[in-house]
Formats: sequence, C-alpha cells, structure tokens
Amino acid sequence: MTGNPQLTPEGRLRHLLSIEGLPAQILVQILDTAGSFVSVTDREVKKVPLLRGRSIFNLFFEPSTRTRTTFEIAAKRLSADVINLNIATSSQTKGETLLDTVANLAAMNADMFVVRHSQSGAAHLIARHVGPHIHVVNAGDGRHAHPTQALLDMFTIRHYKGEFSRLRVAIVGDVLHSRVARSEIHALTTLGVPEVRVIGPRTLIPAQVERLGVRVFHDMSEGLREADVVMMLRLQNERMDGALLPSAQEYFRCYGLTAEKLALARPDAIVMHPGPMNRGVEIESAVADGAQSVILPQVTFGIAVRMAVMSMLAGKQG
Amino acid sequence: MKLLIRNGTLIDPLASSQQRGDLAVADGHIVGVGAAPDGFTAEQTIDATGLHVCPGLVDLCARVAGSEGEARAAAVGGVTSVVCPPDTDPPLDEPGLVERLAASARIHGGPRVYPLGALTQGLKGERLSEMAELHAAGCVGFGQGDTPLRDHRVLQRALQYAATFDLSVWLRPQDRSLAAGGVAHDGEVATRLGLPGIPVSAETVALASILILARETGARVHLCRLSSAEGVAMVRAAKREGLRISCDVSAAHVHLTEMDIGFFDSRCNLVPPLRAVRDRDALRAGIVDGTIDAVCSDHIALAEDAKEMPFGESVPGASAVELLLSLVVKFARDASLELPAVLAAVTARPAAMAGLPAGTLRAGEPADVCVFDAGAWWRVDGTALQSSGKSTPFQGVELPARVRHTLVSGRVVHCAS
Repeated sequence: MTGNPQLTPEGRLRHLLSIEGLPAQILVQILDTAGSFVSVTDREVKKVPLLRGRSIFNLFFEPSTRTRTTFEIAAKRLSADVINLNIATSSQTKGETLLDTVANLAAMNADMFVVRHSQSGAAHLIARHVGPHIHVVNAGDGRHAHPTQALLDMFTIRHYKGEFSRLRVAIVGDVLHSRVARSEIHALTTLGVPEVRVIGPRTLIPAQVERLGVRVFHDMSEGLREADVVMMLRLQNERMDGALLPSAQEYFRCYGLTAEKLALARPDAIVMHPGPMNRGVEIESAVADGAQSVILPQVTFGIAVRMAVMSMLAGKQG
Repeated sequence: MKLLIRNGTLIDPLASSQQRGDLAVADGHIVGVGAAPDGFTAEQTIDATGLHVCPGLVDLCARVAGSEGEARAAAVGGVTSVVCPPDTDPPLDEPGLVERLAASARIHGGPRVYPLGALTQGLKGERLSEMAELHAAGCVGFGQGDTPLRDHRVLQRALQYAATFDLSVWLRPQDRSLAAGGVAHDGEVATRLGLPGIPVSAETVALASILILARETGARVHLCRLSSAEGVAMVRAAKREGLRISCDVSAAHVHLTEMDIGFFDSRCNLVPPLRAVRDRDALRAGIVDGTIDAVCSDHIALAEDAKEMPFGESVPGASAVELLLSLVVKFARDASLELPAVLAAVTARPAAMAGLPAGTLRAGEPADVCVFDAGAWWRVDGTALQSSGKSTPFQGVELPARVRHTLVSGRVVHCAS
C-alpha cells in the first residue's frame, strides 16, 4: 500500500479527500487560513485574487444545492472561474464512465475538481487518475467522507470553545450512513478531543465503530451527559422504508434533540447540525432556533473554510 | 512418446513424501517414479535438477474454459485440471452446452476441464436442472455459481434429487438478504471507508441451512469459498459429526484481509469479501487441520475497465490461476509447513473430493505434472500475466515459486525457457 494519496511526498496537501490520515498540523493550518477569510466575507468587496485565472469544476454526480452553492461562492470570492456540472443528469446516464467524464473535463484545462458522488471512494478514484496539476476536493462520497463539512464544524467548535483538548463531543443519529459523522470523528480525534461519543440505535451504528476512537451510547440521555458539543446528524427519510427504524415518531422520542435532553449536557453546550434539518425528527425547533444553536454560523464559516482549502490547494505558494 | 524428468525433488502429496529422483513418462502415463523402468529410453529429457516435480494442480474454481488464452494461463500456472463453475453465459444447464465447453477445451489443449452443471435451470433458483443427463454429459457436480438460492424448499429438493444419484452439490454459503447491497466485510475497514457491509452472518446463516438440509437429505455437499472463522468452526463440527461435506477457500483469502483494501483498492473487491485477520488465520488453521480440503484460484478474467470504478461499483474477482502455486508455496513458508502437505490442498485433496483422476504421482496414472522452482521469487505484475484478466490484489507483491514445465497427459503444455 502506498502512502496517503492526498499528501505530496513533502507532506503538503495535494487533494482533500478525507480527514483520515491528515496530520493535526494541516487541519490547524486550514482552520487558521479560514480565520483570515472570515474577515473577507465581512468586507464590502468580498473578493481576493488568490485563484484568479484558475478553473474550478463542480462535479456533482449526486444532487446537492447547498454544498455546491457554498463551494461556488467560496471559489468566486477567490476570483476563480467556476463551472457547475450536474452530471447526475447528463453524461452518466448516457453510459459514459466516471473516469471518461473526468478525463474529458481535465482536457478543458481544469485546475480543480470539487466532487460529490454517491459511491464511497469516488473522489479517491478520480484523484488517482488526474494529472499532477489537478487538485481534487471531496464534497461528499457515499458514506465515506465529507471533509470540508467536518472542517467547518471544527472551525465552529474552535470559534465557540477555544480549544479541543478538554472537550466532550457527542455525535447523535444515523452514524451508519453518515459521511459527515465519519469525517467529524477523524477530525475530532486528530485535533485532540479526549472524548468523542456516538449515540444512536444499534441499527444505525456501524460495526466496530469504537475502533475509530469513539465511545458508543445507545441511551441518548446517558450519552449527552456533560457534553460540551452536541452534533446532530440528518436522518434521511428513506431510512424509514426498511427495517432500520420503526417510525419517525419513535426515532424522535428516543434520539431527537429536545430542550429537555439538551439540559443534560453542559449549560454552555453548543448544538450543531450539518443541514438540511428535519425539524421534529432529529431536532425540535425550539432547540434548532435556540440560544445554544450555532447551526447558521456553521453555514457562514463553511464559505471561509472552503476558501481556505481551495487556496491552499491551488493558490500561488509563499 | 517417452519423456524423462531427471533428478528433481519428486513430491507425492497423497503419500506426503518427497524424494530425489527421475519421473518417467510414456504414452501419456507415468511409468516410473524415482527411477525409469528397465530398458526405458527417453526421446525427450527435462532436467529438473534443483526443481520440484509435483502432480499438476487441480483448481476447483477457475473460469478458463472456452478461451485459449485462459487455458494457456492455467498451463503457465501449473494447473492441469480445472473445475468450471456453471455461471457461464448462458449457464451450463443443458447437455449440449456442457459438451460444447468440453470440446472447446480439448481444442485449446490446455488443462482438463471438468464442468459443474447448473443446479437449477438458468441458475434462477426455481426449477431443477436435468442433473442425471448433465452428469452423463460430463458434469462432475452441480452448483449455483455466485447466485445463491433464495428458497429453502428448492435447496431441499435439489439436495434430495442430487442425493438420489449420489451427485455432489457445490454451494457457496451466502444468504442473499443479509449480503444484499454489501461490498466489503462488515467490520472496521468498511466502517472506516463507509462501504456497505456484508456481515459474517451472511455466510453462517446460509451455512447453517445447508448443513441442516445436508444432514436431512444425506446429500454430498461441497462448500465453496469459506471466508469466516465462524464458518470454519461450523464446517469442522459438521465434519466431526460425519456429514458428507467438503470445502474450499480461495488462495487470496489465505493471504489477504480487509486491511488490504487500503484506500478503496478495487482489486481487493472479491466474493466473498476479504475479512478480518482472525478470519484469515482461522482459514489457514482450517487448511492445516484438514477442515478445508482445497485451495482454489477462483480465477476470473475481467475486462480492464471492470476495476476502474468506485469500489462499490467495480466488478468483484481477480486474475488468479497463474498465482495459485506461488500463493500456496508462500503459505507453506509463512506457516512453516512441509511442502507436500500444503500442495495436497491443490492436488490430491481436491482431486479426491471431486473424484478426478489426478493429484498424484504414481505409475499408471495420467502424466499430469508440474515442475517448478520453489526458490524463484518473482514480483507480480498484472500486465505480464498470460490471462486476459490483468487485475490482481497481489500486484507488486513478491512471491516464491515459478512453474518451469507443465505436462498434461505427458504432453508439455507449458515450458518456461
């Protein structure tokens, strides 16, 4: 097996495919860089010229409005040219393979691909097959990873909590199907969070997840006790179709975040959610819109974090 | 035609012995082991000094029939007898198809081909195939390939019917519903990579059903491609009980685990999935104690782009028939086992299990022979394989043992010059 495919031999970031395998120092560097961009987004002229003349292709093999939009805004604030492609509705249905599609786009002098795909590992596959000057950013692959989401979550936590080394963080919900949860777990453990908990029914907790360095709880009240950060996961509607869960009502009863349950966490605990939320399924409105919620700031920070990642990958060095 | 293989280390796995000596072949048969018979004059001589001479390999699962290139790949791998699974296109459910396959194998002149018939028509799992007739056409057993039955009643009937004629039924234990959607062992690596998992219970639930019905019907059952420690334990107990069962494992599973998937290496997308280290170790122990009768290649030649996809969309399987001997010799070295005992798992044991006239070096037997250099190490390079399938999870790995000569019925079908 070769080394981490997202680092250059010198240990610099070449692609952003997953949080796993990235040293803490690179994560901190991304967060610090993002910090410098937060002020940019507050300015009247919101643009910096770091990626002027660069072409960034948003390759979305799976529909997404929100993530694609934040990547687009981030790229434009860096002065890059952005091309959006919803491939779910074009070439793939005509039988072109993933790698053919990518090869064709690479031939149009792309500098960066921002990729979302329903299959775990799709971004790794693309990264293995692009030329050395092209950078790949994983914007979500199957159940595997969503590294920029995890990074913006880390940015948010650092913004509100200062440091990672004394925190107790609880991740609640459908961990099994969640690329967000996997990336969050790696980011939190890499940044030195001493206790990461996952909370959910046994049907939604993946096998041997404790090997990723987390404590597993099936009782939400127990899992939330004394938590500093509560990270809720989205529950997809289709999870109700099979035998994973009996109903949305029962899920909310056992694993939905209510003000009452949140009171078990530390009084200054923050509540996060990657969006889009299912109010009344995984979280009640009073909490989502409450004083402890940092869900909207997460979205704002997401742009700065994506600017940081893209500028570190494709910006002029120095 | 008289041929003498001189001065090699002769291995007879059946007798678990090795001795230095000559092997004499005349008219397609072995006529002298250790020394040539009196008055034997060789027309052709192979110098086997420093080499091992063993029976040609018996591979219980390799999709090599019907293709000259794949037949050559088998010869390069020292394989002289091959059992072909029935999941060809179309499936082997008619005598005509079986005869055509056998005929094309004869034309290609590679290894002997022993087809498995489809257990059910079209492998659909609904109606039984004409087993008696297919057996008469040359099928050595009946199976479902990689399409497990979903209906226990059909399985029960198929076993009953096969038992009527004492035909063996070859089944890969996999419960369809438990395996549905999965692409990797439901363990640490699948969790880390976000790959949908196939739990061990997909194997053991199916295995329990098969064992119960085998006990009830008295059918002879061969279990294909075990993958889990629990599965090995169940087979061990069933054999102790006296059920007429046998089983095999693929050579890849003797060496690899889920960890080898690394960053989504689709070359490691195999069926059954590569499992945990403890499973791999249990499979190895099963070979050593005889619970597992045979090691097969599970060879399939896939088109090049079959693996150039995200892991979960890539086509499972690997090019393996040319690696079988090396992987078995490597296992012997890793586990500090005697070569004859380990080679039995690719010669005498599978031959006895499938009732094939192969797997031993004895005077009077057909001269199917493999001459190899156990000390020759080589680096696996998929593109250099004879097979049209270039994908192997062992890409770049250094392996011992290279085949120098392969004989089928005394005819040299492979000679590495």
